[in-house]
Amino acid sequence: MANIISDETIEYVGILAKLELDGEEKEKAKKDMGSMLDYIDKLNELDTTGVEPMSHVFPVQNVFREDVVRNGDDRENILRNAPEEKDGNFVVPKTVD
Amino acid sequence: MNIMSLTAVELGKKIKAGEITALEAADAAIHQIEKLEDTYHCYVTVDKEGARKRAAEVQKQIDDGTLNSPLAGVPVAIKDNMCTKGMLTTCSSKILGNFYPTYTSEAVLNLEKAGAVIIGKANMDEFAMGSTTETSAYGVTRNPWNKDHVPGGSSGGSCAAVAAWECSYALGSDTGGSIRQPSSFCGVVGIKPTYGTVSRYGLIAYGSSLDQIGPVAKDVTDCATILETIASYDEKDSTSVKRDSYDFTSALVDDVKGMKIGIPSSYFGEGLDPEVKDAVLAAAKTLEEKGAIVEEFELGLVDYAIPAYYVIASAEASSNLARFDGVKYGYRTQDYNGLHNMYKKSRSEGFGAEVKRRIMLGSFVLSSGYYDAYYLKALRTKALIKKEFDKAFEKYDVILGPAAPTTAPELGKSLTDPIKMYLGDIYTISVNLAGLPGISVPCGVDSKGLPIGLQLIGDCFRENKIIRAAYAYEQTQKRRDCPTVQATE
Amino acid sequence: MKQYETVIGLEVHVELATKTKIFCSCSTAFGSAPNTHTCPVCTGMPGSLPVLNKQVVEYAMAVGLATNCEITRYGKFDRKNYFYPDNPQNYQISQLYLPICRNGHVDIETEQGKKEIRIHEIHMEEDAGKLVHDEWSDCSLVDFNRSGVPLIEIVSEPDMRSAKEVIAYLEKLRLTIQYLGASDCKLNEGSMRADVNLSVREVGAKEFGTRTEMKNLNSFKAIARAIENETERQIDLIEDGEKVIQETRRWDDNKGYSYAMRSKEDAQDYRYFPEPDLVPIVIDDEWLNRVKDAQPEFRDEKKVRYMEEYKLPEYDADIITLHKKMADIFEKTTELCKNPKKVSNYLMGETMRLLKDKGQEPEDLKFSPENLAKLINLVEQGVINGNTAKDVFAKIFEENVDPEEYVKEHGLKMDNNSDEIRKIVEEVLANNPQSVQDYRNGKEKAIGFLVGQTMKAAKGKANPGIVNQLLKEMLKNE
Repeated sequence: MANIISDETIEYVGILAKLELDGEEKEKAKKDMGSMLDYIDKLNELDTTGVEPMSHVFPVQNVFREDVVRNGDDRENILRNAPEEKDGNFVVPKTVD
Repeated sequence: MNIMSLTAVELGKKIKAGEITALEAADAAIHQIEKLEDTYHCYVTVDKEGARKRAAEVQKQIDDGTLNSPLAGVPVAIKDNMCTKGMLTTCSSKILGNFYPTYTSEAVLNLEKAGAVIIGKANMDEFAMGSTTETSAYGVTRNPWNKDHVPGGSSGGSCAAVAAWECSYALGSDTGGSIRQPSSFCGVVGIKPTYGTVSRYGLIAYGSSLDQIGPVAKDVTDCATILETIASYDEKDSTSVKRDSYDFTSALVDDVKGMKIGIPSSYFGEGLDPEVKDAVLAAAKTLEEKGAIVEEFELGLVDYAIPAYYVIASAEASSNLARFDGVKYGYRTQDYNGLHNMYKKSRSEGFGAEVKRRIMLGSFVLSSGYYDAYYLKALRTKALIKKEFDKAFEKYDVILGPAAPTTAPELGKSLTDPIKMYLGDIYTISVNLAGLPGISVPCGVDSKGLPIGLQLIGDCFRENKIIRAAYAYEQTQKRRDCPTVQATE
Repeated sequence: MKQYETVIGLEVHVELATKTKIFCSCSTAFGSAPNTHTCPVCTGMPGSLPVLNKQVVEYAMAVGLATNCEITRYGKFDRKNYFYPDNPQNYQISQLYLPICRNGHVDIETEQGKKEIRIHEIHMEEDAGKLVHDEWSDCSLVDFNRSGVPLIEIVSEPDMRSAKEVIAYLEKLRLTIQYLGASDCKLNEGSMRADVNLSVREVGAKEFGTRTEMKNLNSFKAIARAIENETERQIDLIEDGEKVIQETRRWDDNKGYSYAMRSKEDAQDYRYFPEPDLVPIVIDDEWLNRVKDAQPEFRDEKKVRYMEEYKLPEYDADIITLHKKMADIFEKTTELCKNPKKVSNYLMGETMRLLKDKGQEPEDLKFSPENLAKLINLVEQGVINGNTAKDVFAKIFEENVDPEEYVKEHGLKMDNNSDEIRKIVEEVLANNPQSVQDYRNGKEKAIGFLVGQTMKAAKGKANPGIVNQLLKEMLKNE
């Protein structure tokens, strides 16, 4: 396997992705990611010099909204699925600002 | 006669003619579900009461003439990644196990306007990540043709429900083959439309630049009719395309004389099951006999589509799925110590293994130092793949090939080796990268009695060509319903 | 000790004055109950999609043009990925790779004369929601009313060398943006926010030092204090042989110091990639020219015009044009009463005094040009005298009263009846023999006191011209 994923890398990606893996999961993740990257490295066979990266397939452009208020108070709905709510707010563990 | 053996359009006609009521249709679907759902598990949610109530309302509107769409009163299953107001929408994930959307996705709204009766929400691979419907947090769906086999995925619940007559038709979504591959495995017809044809508003995103909603049904006529109903320009979806025409049913013509069909020789190489190969080539032959000009050609870069896809889809997914954090909706872990621990535990407990795998991969390929090497490289590859198709469509009206390299694998055999599973998407994935329309039509069964699917790929906005070719081919075939389902009659 | 120089670059966030949010049709109005201006888009509900507000692009273009930027003809949005509860999608839609404006500059006045501050770029993005700590439950509460309010971020080059230059630059930006009507730019309300990137280096050094980013600066005073404090902190570190760490710091203005906002969970790796839910913005010549043509007259041009067209002294023109609101009131009022110097006097004198007394900013002015014009006309037509006008203006300033009605209601019309005034003057002279004596002994100032007494006895309504004339006449006669 060409790509060896270190503990530090998995740890770091876990911080970025907000995922916490236990020992066994972590080992599996290292192995899976390594082999996926090996597979993805196949792309390096291709010469893409001078090729513009394509994010949108079609040349759709300039899609805009007019600046007109159309939404009213929908708080009840917005909070309907909240795990925790207080006085019309979502509640989260204390954030240290 | 079982009402559920009718195609959606046939049933719609009978409802319009007053031979069957919408309520009888809903009851027939519910009856079929009660009979077979324990075996196949096509649904995450079945809304019997809601469906009956809705059927009665629709019937009233049919009676007073306000509704006369061909689908009015016909029962439909919606893949569980489309928001339905007030109806549980889980994406087959634990993390959305208690999520009741406050609005309905645009495609479903379009169906409702046409008088559709929603029976329930179809099972799927969690967040549409998978090819077998085995990654669902709510249990696997079984293939009605052989319950020891998977229905394919990720729209496995939608396709199995159509095959098992547990609905008249269904909506699926296709990011890398998620409509076409399970349609092929379940012996039904499925279309992945041109990117931008059906609004993505309300579709819970997996890979935003690749996702498209499409129909799954018993035949091509149904699919064209459903597509005509759900397709629309939507101001709420900036990637929605204003098409010149939304008429797909006029393409239902049994004539392929002079149509140029290209067969990519690279689609018939290593890894393709010989039985699938024979069936697909036989279908090509049939079209040729009907007057199409069929020839082999070289479609380049086929092997690069899967790695490019997994970089792009995983990267987008890692960002799209960041919102599931236990703050605004969905699962929040019970015990936690501070904000970041709450995030991590909620997400780690709420997401399944495949979803976590793709989020990790996606986060990695976007992370500092890797973006150029992986993400931009994949976007450049995508541009080259699109060019290959552009070249092909200068010569051909339609590209023909298999929908999947094999028929449905046995349950439990796919997830152990992810890369092997990903390779199963080889014929479908490049279509999403290039934004093209594709259709899967049954073209026989293998020696195990499992269905084989023929895939027809069109140039962008040329759904009508693949619909026409598929329809013409279908006319030469006897409709093959799932024998095990028929046997329960 | 070595000589150090401070190198400062600014990231200025400005909330745009659109009616709706950047990606949804929710109102941007301030001060409503929590989460009452929210929808599936600005709360990150599954399946929701953003649609760009055209006005945001036009404001951003206008600010770019006014700051001499190149306008990017093919622009895109990118996602900036990070987890925080005020960020409902856990990514912010912003612009990294193709921001709407680049390579601009503004000129500021310094003690050494004119100085150019270069602008690296201006990009569009969405604001975050509001997090409030709930003491009661030791939790934080999230309100998404501000989530999705449009922002532009103006990123300068590290061209500033002192707090004074920073403030001159901010004032220049504020004035320009206010003139455009693109934002009210209130630092204290957060519609303009400045993050300070600061490093120090030995005078003459070519390389920049390691910089820190300072956040939470809510006033010009706080900015000046934070710059002073951070400069000292960095110099101390260097003098002690330690290293400055590149980090984000938060300024606590009450305590007068900053602290690092570091956390193990905060990797600062934003994994930017092109936003797949939005399409490119293509700005053609026609659109660009349309926005160019709609650019207003900016301060420098306005100042010159006020001096030429209205013959205002430079001093007046300078002060009035310092605030868009003042300039607007000046122009409208002058148009109505055709008396630019009188209008200027009211704005420069009474208006400024009242603002100062009440601790308000010119942006807070509420009175209408119509009422000020009426007031000036009342004085000019001799209906009320200057003293009365001053009192009436205070009422206009506070409650925007109609001066014509107010004068009528309160019987404040000037008394022009010389017979009646004569009676009052007679009385005043009789009651103040000492002052009369003083005046006659050549102490001419004494007349001022007598005028005051007469006006007081006349309840301020007597025509001061008549009072003066009668007093002089009667003092001479005897």
